[in-house]
Amino acid sequence: MEAAISVILVFMIIGAIFAIHAKDLLSAVITCGIIGYGLVICFLLLRAPDLAIVQIVVETITLVIMVAVVLDSTRREPFSKPDLREYVNISTAVVIIAVIFFFLKMASGSLDEFGKGSLRMAEHYIEGASSKTGSANLVTGVIFDFRGYDTLGEATVLVTAVLGVITILRLKGKK
Amino acid sequence: MKGMTLIVKKTTQLIAGLVFLYGIYVVLHGHLTPGGGFAGGVIIAGSFILLTLAYGSDFMKLTREETGTTITENLAILTALLIALAGLIFGAGIFFSNWLPAGKAGELISAGVIPLYNIFIGIEVAASILTIFLALIIFKEEITK
Repeated sequence: MEAAISVILVFMIIGAIFAIHAKDLLSAVITCGIIGYGLVICFLLLRAPDLAIVQIVVETITLVIMVAVVLDSTRREPFSKPDLREYVNISTAVVIIAVIFFFLKMASGSLDEFGKGSLRMAEHYIEGASSKTGSANLVTGVIFDFRGYDTLGEATVLVTAVLGVITILRLKGKK
Repeated sequence: MKGMTLIVKKTTQLIAGLVFLYGIYVVLHGHLTPGGGFAGGVIIAGSFILLTLAYGSDFMKLTREETGTTITENLAILTALLIALAGLIFGAGIFFSNWLPAGKAGELISAGVIPLYNIFIGIEVAASILTIFLALIIFKEEITK
């Protein structure tokens, strides 16, 4: 399973790199879809159907909205020649990535193996989610009962995002 | 925004209702099967987006519609917050307390207040996705008129 996930991750990285270098804005948007749908397959391989459903639906709707917006706009991206500043930026990014990777490698030595063992809190969730909340779907039982604040925060983020979109996109002021 | 061809319109007529019903199913069965408020809400918004893209915003007379979706969204999240507050009064005195009887796991009406949260979060997500879509499509047309 890890080999399959690695192959999908490589495809996602290739798609991301192509999306940056695409000359057409439309093809860049559609290439971004590779990342989202690759993530859907990863979630399915890791046996997380709740996340996979949310991801596939949100990805499809976002892609449709982005294509509808891009078809209305100019579609051409401004092209600029690489200069000295760009090389400085790229080398800085590479150095930062190397530093973060080094410390991540150091810190991950003391963690549990991926997918093995669970935290003390998670064990209580797995045991009590069905009997304490009466919900057959453990994920819903956790996110709406034990982690209610978390869900409230997500919903608030969505409301704030909509308020921001309306405020920024409103070309004509309200009278 | 203009509508699409007759083939797209006819297919949309047949499919949009089914997509809407499937969204409601996913929201209502959120505590039994994978899915829930977030996924179902986005599916419901998808049916409206499909209609708007196929028929165009002129046919749907969508010029002032974004105010309606904003009010729906705000009322839905306010209701979800009020249900959470009701846990302080009726339940164990804890915010987000599950104050309705849990029932038998696996039945449609069970799990206390979780289905209610699912329904209102679903309405909120559907309204907000639709609001963003309409804002991107309609505000541009308002200025060109």
